[in-house]
Amino acid sequence: MTMLLEAVEVTKAFGGVVANERISLAVPQGAIVGLIGPNGSGKTTLFNAITGAHAIDAGAIRFKGKDISRLLTGDIARAGIIRTYQQPRVYGGLTARENMRISASIRRAPFIRLFTRPRGDVEAYMDELLDFVGLAEKMDARAGDLSFGQQKLLELAMALANEPEMLLMDEPTAGINPVLIDGVIDRLKAARAELGLTLLIIEHNMPVIMDLAEHIYCLAHGKLLAEGPPGEIQSDARVLEAYLGAA
Amino acid sequence: MQGGRALTPKRLVLLAGLLAIGIAAPLVLPGYQLQLTELLLFMVFALAWDLVGGQMGYNSFGNVLFVGLGMYASAIVQVGLFYDVGLYNEARGGGTDFVFDASQFLSGLALGIPAAVLVSALAAWLLGSLVLTMRGHYFAICTLGLGIAAGQVAAGIPWIGAGSGMLTPNPPESLGDETLLLYYLALGLAIACALSFAWLLSARFGLALNAIRDDEDKAEAMGLRTHAVKVTAWVIAAGFLGAAGAIYGNLVRFIDPTQTAFAGATIGVWMILMALLGGKGTLLGPIVGAVVFQITKELFWTYLLGWQRVGLGLLIILVAVFFPSGIVGFVRERSAAKGRAGEQSP
Repeated sequence: MTMLLEAVEVTKAFGGVVANERISLAVPQGAIVGLIGPNGSGKTTLFNAITGAHAIDAGAIRFKGKDISRLLTGDIARAGIIRTYQQPRVYGGLTARENMRISASIRRAPFIRLFTRPRGDVEAYMDELLDFVGLAEKMDARAGDLSFGQQKLLELAMALANEPEMLLMDEPTAGINPVLIDGVIDRLKAARAELGLTLLIIEHNMPVIMDLAEHIYCLAHGKLLAEGPPGEIQSDARVLEAYLGAA
Repeated sequence: MQGGRALTPKRLVLLAGLLAIGIAAPLVLPGYQLQLTELLLFMVFALAWDLVGGQMGYNSFGNVLFVGLGMYASAIVQVGLFYDVGLYNEARGGGTDFVFDASQFLSGLALGIPAAVLVSALAAWLLGSLVLTMRGHYFAICTLGLGIAAGQVAAGIPWIGAGSGMLTPNPPESLGDETLLLYYLALGLAIACALSFAWLLSARFGLALNAIRDDEDKAEAMGLRTHAVKVTAWVIAAGFLGAAGAIYGNLVRFIDPTQTAFAGATIGVWMILMALLGGKGTLLGPIVGAVVFQITKELFWTYLLGWQRVGLGLLIILVAVFFPSGIVGFVRERSAAKGRAGEQSP
């Protein structure tokens, strides 16, 4: 199996705090991989490193075999990696629909395309995505006026609209109505199956990540603690200890 | 918000009506030609400021830089086509040595205005590549500095008249009232500016500007070429500012480096005030703001002479305190609140 994304011994320190210490992980093409760990274990730091939000101190990050650890955020996004945030980030002054419009596959479009209006079929697909995340009635509401959970869903819809090759999601189900969570899981699985989307997901909701991911990496104190299929991780003594404390 | 809406028959009638008023105004009010021309140029100043300051959220205090560059570029071309610019400015443009006949004056303008557009746009492209990597207060202060520096630099170049300024070519008698000509040039420019902005804002470009305003890092992480968008917006704004500056220079006929061309304390602040007054981040706001501003300015200068600056200062405070989202913003919020109230009542 070819690896779409590989992190090799990635190290990042903030002053004296080593947030990521020689972390290696690999995400195969078309896979759904989970990233778990207690708060402060370095999960989001790793996401920031992959997406170019900050430079790494040592190691390498390869996307489709090419090192991207020195690229800037925009170039990494245009290479095909899009992320969502723990605290959802949407364009607050725009309506939900406008948020979708400006997210629709802009990363591949030539600059000149900005001077055109979105095509009808693209518009229809945007509306369909909004409908799927349950925001059909909020299409014309300011994104900034939406609730936390709604913004989270909008951000997900925006990320899907962008049609990335790889999507990094930081706690996609946090703050989302439990009724909708199953729908989100199904949609992510469908995106993988239909669009060939590869997913790397940070999640605290164990039932969700155990259902979604085929392979899980667990971080603790900035280091890779364990990795394996969900079944193994669930019963791994080190993982249980990291989450629940020593027995 | 996106400004792109369909051209309904009602809107067409409204636009045609406005165009008719625009064409007839200087003929109906011959005593106010100067002020009306100035108003049209102010609309362009405010619209151009708002594209970057309102729609994109980059508060530039130095847009007057492009006005001044346009003013000088046009004047230099208008003179330079027929005379030596250095000698012309040494002689203060006067006397019988530097006479422009009608065809010279008109061809000077015809080439001077495009030259102004080019020079200002080029300057925005070069400076924008550097300055637009700054954000928030840093960007604001840096652009303020650019405007002030430009005035000082211009005041030190004898070839363009240095601190004594430069006169634009004297319009020939045979041309009749050149203010009327400048008025229609300004009208054409204001229409071109409003229409092209309406189109830009209805395309994805407008959304890209708003996305940068709301969360630039997010936009970058979504793959939007934010830097290219920012520079493009500044170049477009600068082009219009340059053209408006070229006409403005010919309207006042005398280009003082710090008081007219790079007049940060007057035009530089006014263009921001007009956008805020009307409602920044809207297409209509800067236009409405320019009208209200020009009327109050003329009233203050007529009836409050000596206190006009105090009057203007009060206006700024009133806008900031009572209409933080401007006239258009205030009206829209009101109608939105009314709409919500209407939904709730049975």
